[in-house]
Amino acid sequence: MVLNMGPQHPSTHGVLRVLLELDGETVVRAVPDLGYLHTGIEKSCEDKTYSQAITLTDRMDYLNPLGNNLVYCLAVEKLLGLEIPKRAQYVRVMMVELQRISSHLVWLGTHAIDMGAMSVFLYCFREREEILKIFEMFAGQRMMTSYIRIGGLALEPPAGWRGAVERFLKMMPSRIDDYESLLTGNRIWMGRLKGVGYISPEDAVALSMTGPTLRAAGIAYDNRKVFPYSSYDEFEFDVPTRTESDCFARYMVRVLEMRESLKIVRQAMAKITDSGPIRTEAPGIVPPSREKMKTEMEALIYHFKIFTEGFSPAPGEAFVTVESPRGELGCFIASDGSPKPLRAHFRSPSYINLQALPKLVTGQLISDVVACIGTIDIVLGEVDR
Amino acid sequence: MTENTSQRASVVAEHLRAWNSNSIEEVIEFRGETTLVLPRKILRAVAERCRDHAELQFNLITDAVCVDRFPHEPRFEVNYHLVSIPRKDKIRLKVRLSGSDPVVDTLVPVWPGANWLEREVFDLFGIRFTGHPDLRRILLPEDWEGHPLRKDYPVEGFRDVPMMTGFRKSSV
Repeated sequence: MVLNMGPQHPSTHGVLRVLLELDGETVVRAVPDLGYLHTGIEKSCEDKTYSQAITLTDRMDYLNPLGNNLVYCLAVEKLLGLEIPKRAQYVRVMMVELQRISSHLVWLGTHAIDMGAMSVFLYCFREREEILKIFEMFAGQRMMTSYIRIGGLALEPPAGWRGAVERFLKMMPSRIDDYESLLTGNRIWMGRLKGVGYISPEDAVALSMTGPTLRAAGIAYDNRKVFPYSSYDEFEFDVPTRTESDCFARYMVRVLEMRESLKIVRQAMAKITDSGPIRTEAPGIVPPSREKMKTEMEALIYHFKIFTEGFSPAPGEAFVTVESPRGELGCFIASDGSPKPLRAHFRSPSYINLQALPKLVTGQLISDVVACIGTIDIVLGEVDR
Repeated sequence: MTENTSQRASVVAEHLRAWNSNSIEEVIEFRGETTLVLPRKILRAVAERCRDHAELQFNLITDAVCVDRFPHEPRFEVNYHLVSIPRKDKIRLKVRLSGSDPVVDTLVPVWPGANWLEREVFDLFGIRFTGHPDLRRILLPEDWEGHPLRKDYPVEGFRDVPMMTGFRKSSV
């Protein structure tokens, strides 16, 4: 029997369609069908100036907007050869780590619902709300923040941010303990996840899997450690791995990652000074401050030029990868020396991890397909772009 | 960090040159990234060498990106981004393809993960990968006409777009 799972199915987390060929309740073959959310973001980027495209990147992986901003800005900055002030780098690190926690919370909550544990979802979203409040404080926006800009940050950290982040850091460890006491030792949870969706480490690498799914297979590949960016080499944290490579291992890796992220946020908070530049000095690329614009003629001219024609990086190509909550998020930008990118491409981890789905589910029961899709942690906005 | 990477990457170039003197057309260094431009005939052989040799060990293909330089010829560039997890190294392989004959060997037998990457490039640019096991459109509907990320494809598409007075054809 051939069964259509999706595109409108609550456990596919968006509009993914999987064609399942079944023998009784066992999956014989699975063919993912995607593209229902394809919006041509890459093509749109080519029609905008470099700064205009930042708001588009928010909307790809809508659970990780800051990470998308970061990878795009890092790529453009690499193309331009810009150096970013340390203070801005630390704020960036803090923000993307908070984002990682919030993304993992959404994952944990929705995955628990898929597995039949309703209450965890409510707890996870309660904590996520606190993170979104912090984002609102920083950027004025809860989700589509566009807070990270080419050359630095959009705004100075707001008054009282330390108190807000401190409160969150105090509250969060015990909350993660709560989730674990609800789930980790839970018999139903273990029964649904342990031994389900196994993939060997060799296959995982061959299929280009990255992120928690790869680390659950025992390969400690994390861009923050292997190819550090934005001063990640100055932070101390561990890369949690598991060797079982099943759905339960992926769950454990993500929970441990949340704890590691808390460590990084705490370190970043200590490193961020109360004053200092949040943008690099690059006339003609980074908009000047209001103060300067009103007192200096050149600054006014640059401001006008940046927002009318943009800036033109030297011809060349840059490829930057960062560790998003889902895996290796990459951005490739090619410039031909004009104010608009010749090509902007995003290496989206959900898209490439999803490739392994047939491998994970073949031979499993149909109810395990839900667990496998869940633990790959896909965001369809990013899969289809 | 950046310097180390480019130093190690030039080791890769030397290694490949020592193996086959015609294997590399050009080495591009830009912002600490190394690009090896290859003739398309031997792309597959170089890829196998990159994966298997103990000095290279590029076991992960992270991305395949196509760039359209229309109206310049050769028009297309296909970039493969490789990562060596054991050696902590990155490299980019590039092949240039003309607009009249955009065909290149598939890398799926070398890295199975190249499957969807190549399907995406095929879908959006119309590059054909010889020997690909499942070369179908992936993001766009199967009956879509044209390859939208080509530069001669308008951003707003070929469909009718509303104007103040009736409709206009948007074809450039």
